[in-house]
Amino acid sequence: MTFNVNHPLLFVIVGAIIAIVLAQSAFFLTRAIKRAKELGLGEHIKKTVISAAIFTIAPAVAVLIGVVALSKSLGIPLPWLRLSVIGSITYETVAAGNALEAANMSAGTTVADPSIYITIAWVMTVGIAAGLILVPFVTKKLQSGLAKVGMKDKKWGEIFNNAMFLGMISAFLGYVFCDVGLIAKGDTSGLIPVCVMATSAVVMAICGTIATKCKIRWLTDYALPMSLIAGMASAIPFTMLLGG
Amino acid sequence: MKNTNLSYMESVHKYGRIWGIAVACVLFAFPVALSLIFSTAPDFGVLLKGIFATAPMYWAVGIVEIFTYVPMLGAGGTYLSFVTGNISNLKLPCAIDAMERAGVKASDEEGEVISTIAIAVSSIVTTLIIIIGVICIVPLTPVLESPVLVPAFDMILPALFGGLAVVFISKNLKLSIAPIILMLILFIFIPALNASTVGIMVPVGVIFTVIVARILYKKGAL
Repeated sequence: MTFNVNHPLLFVIVGAIIAIVLAQSAFFLTRAIKRAKELGLGEHIKKTVISAAIFTIAPAVAVLIGVVALSKSLGIPLPWLRLSVIGSITYETVAAGNALEAANMSAGTTVADPSIYITIAWVMTVGIAAGLILVPFVTKKLQSGLAKVGMKDKKWGEIFNNAMFLGMISAFLGYVFCDVGLIAKGDTSGLIPVCVMATSAVVMAICGTIATKCKIRWLTDYALPMSLIAGMASAIPFTMLLGG
Repeated sequence: MKNTNLSYMESVHKYGRIWGIAVACVLFAFPVALSLIFSTAPDFGVLLKGIFATAPMYWAVGIVEIFTYVPMLGAGGTYLSFVTGNISNLKLPCAIDAMERAGVKASDEEGEVISTIAIAVSSIVTTLIIIIGVICIVPLTPVLESPVLVPAFDMILPALFGGLAVVFISKNLKLSIAPIILMLILFIFIPALNASTVGIMVPVGVIFTVIVARILYKKGAL
């Protein structure tokens, strides 16, 4: 068959794989909803579904931008598959870039050689397969070990949980400041992420305060998506002001 | 109660494994299928070079990520997230926010189901948005790449973690001081730490914060 990065058959295969991945999510979703009802969490189900869906829109569009960017050299089906499963935009771009570089090609040119295309697909698949391969085998052990710790000392179990979240958040807060050092060289663009983060934090704080003071419970359900969108929107004027 | 408890968790692991292994097989079958369809083998020289440039770092990160994210995501959330990806920038914040609002912990079964619901919905919505995007890629491309919108999507991580940080720092003020100072120093003074390496620093931050928490807890300060 003559190769083309946008061959209709590629769309069919990728579509079928994505249908399987969707089915997995739907399977776990229905089971979790059923269990949540049994556990008396009924009132939280609808709220969780709606706010998770709303929160996901902006980050999902960012993923879509990754598909658009990669589609210039790899066509639509391969980036569509790769960004719908496992990887993140940063990983898939790096993996595709490494493979293209190994083939002495630049990122902008469309891959015409099927052998190179297949090689890139392999690199993208194998490069990040650690989690995919190991998770089915280690998750249960890891979870039951943790459950024991949590059962022994309930208070510590809770602190442990919060400490993990905070550890992750602190790493991303550090990342937000990674380019502030550029100010010394007269480049203020390093301040853009800092200002964006501050905007998002202020919006979240305002939402939280209003929600508790005025007893508007539903506001907390949308506080995170609102702070996310406000932060992203603020990036537009901040970038104009501080230079990108 | 205990029995049904066990059976739900047991079934999550059982089906999680089955789905996980099945999806892994399908994903590896994809490049094999390409070879069969176009009757071409991969270029093994390029393949080795590409894998050597990519796999060592991402496998190392991936293994550490399992240990870091499993306790935060819960079992169902883990089985889904490690298939659908975008964990730190989407699935985990989504799950953390949902559990926080419902007042449940990832280590309990209540947290387990809420996390699974949030992550499953997030995965489905992401997949659907990408499908719509792929169908409408021609009219959407100029919009998505317009110079006005590009900065907004470039800043998605700061916008996401600003809000999340307020929630967690305000609740754990004492515990958050040390990790934040450490991360600020590391990221400001080590030029190699940036957007593409922040993933490596997540486990560092997590382990450090857990140690600090343990010390403070033992001293009775928390």
